[in-house]
Amino acid sequence: MSRPDVVVTGLGATTPLGGDVASTWDAMLAGRSGVSALTQEWAAQLPVRIAAQLAVDPSEVLDRVKLRRLDRSEAIALIAAQQAWADAGLADSGLDPERLAVSVGSGIGGATTLLAQDDILEASGPRRVSPHTVPMLMPNGPAAWVGLELGAKAGVHSVASACATGAEAIALGLDIIRAGRADVVVAGGTEAVIHPLPIAGFASMRAMSTRNDEPEKASRPWDKGRDGFVLGEGAGVVVLERAEHAAARGARVYARLAGAGITSDAYDIVQPHAEGEGAIRAIARAVADSGVAKTDIVHVNAHATSTPVGDMLEIGALRKALGDHPVLSATKSMTGHLLGAAGALESIATILAIRDGVIPPTINLDDPDEGLTLDVAAHKSRHLEIPAALNNAFGFGGHNVALVFTRA
Amino acid sequence: MTRDEITAGLAEILEEVAGVNPDDVAEGKSFTDDLDVDSLSMVEVVVAAEEKFGVKIPDNEVQNLKTVGDAVSYIEAQS
Repeated sequence: MSRPDVVVTGLGATTPLGGDVASTWDAMLAGRSGVSALTQEWAAQLPVRIAAQLAVDPSEVLDRVKLRRLDRSEAIALIAAQQAWADAGLADSGLDPERLAVSVGSGIGGATTLLAQDDILEASGPRRVSPHTVPMLMPNGPAAWVGLELGAKAGVHSVASACATGAEAIALGLDIIRAGRADVVVAGGTEAVIHPLPIAGFASMRAMSTRNDEPEKASRPWDKGRDGFVLGEGAGVVVLERAEHAAARGARVYARLAGAGITSDAYDIVQPHAEGEGAIRAIARAVADSGVAKTDIVHVNAHATSTPVGDMLEIGALRKALGDHPVLSATKSMTGHLLGAAGALESIATILAIRDGVIPPTINLDDPDEGLTLDVAAHKSRHLEIPAALNNAFGFGGHNVALVFTRA
Repeated sequence: MTRDEITAGLAEILEEVAGVNPDDVAEGKSFTDDLDVDSLSMVEVVVAAEEKFGVKIPDNEVQNLKTVGDAVSYIEAQS
């Protein structure tokens, strides 16, 4: 039996650049930054006082009573999934629920719920702790809510691989359809941890930018002045569908998910492998899995988080695994780092780059690092025919995921 | 506090916790069957009612509070 083709038929997102995919993509192409100063009182004591906060608060989309039982990461996963579902035109398509699966992960999960309920426990005692606490903080919560909302009965899955989560969730969706366990998988990632504790934790690792006076310039992948990532929040969800299933219902197809590569470093809990060995293998596996010629992969949406070490390792890995021809973009320069949602949002950017024949810009690349030996669409978007493109996502724990998308 | 005042207080809690329209809240209404209050929301209603009316509603009593009227009677007797 030949392996089924998998295509992307729906997109949904809520991000620091916009409350949906269209507004996010427009802002990306315009090179807008979603990073701003944290004006909350709690931020004053922190070494990092900037973040990329959602452009549209979930309270503007979901009703108050529903939000009482949703962690912010669950609420935005639900919003993005509803958009993707509507975009795919699956609402009244008669899809068998037993052929619909969900694969939505989060890097950190319901941390803000945990911390808020701990405050209540300390201040008012156990009886005041919300009965919704556990379903709000459990890491499978976002996937479970999406599955509940869409009536998915072929399995609800929640990958957790830190900043590779969103991409790995999409890779799992590809596997599920290839294995014949579902015809449609709603896949992606979500993250909402703009709270003093996670920020303090990342800041203590010296992983974050402290360019507090210039928020919009703080996320600057590959630039000599980069000093760490900028925390972002948001969710990205794609609808993956067996190609024949999509064709049979006359669905609009954005792109084909041609292949995925997943590896682990087995090297260090937070540092990437010194030669990018795991990343190289992930990219090579994705290319081999896709059956696409390397030369057709002319664009890469890089993981590039704006950290001193990681940004350059990825350049080396791309040169080794792909060659010196692809034109790169680091959309985190605009969105900040959405952790578990990053790989999903950046897959959406990769898919739209293919569809529109345009590479989104990397802003703030004013003084490129000498190690940047690949072409980057700096400052401005660039038009280019893109037969195939690659998205990278790497995570603490030594997770490496690469996805190859091609024109439909 | 009159029964009507207690009912009105419960209606406020039900609106806040479970989005129940206050106009739907009456003594004869069942929390689960008529007002769609699920078990987790019922826990929230009980805790909020304890705070609002200054009473204790032990967990083994909650199962006997099927209707708004049951809750009003219990709160009336305790306060």
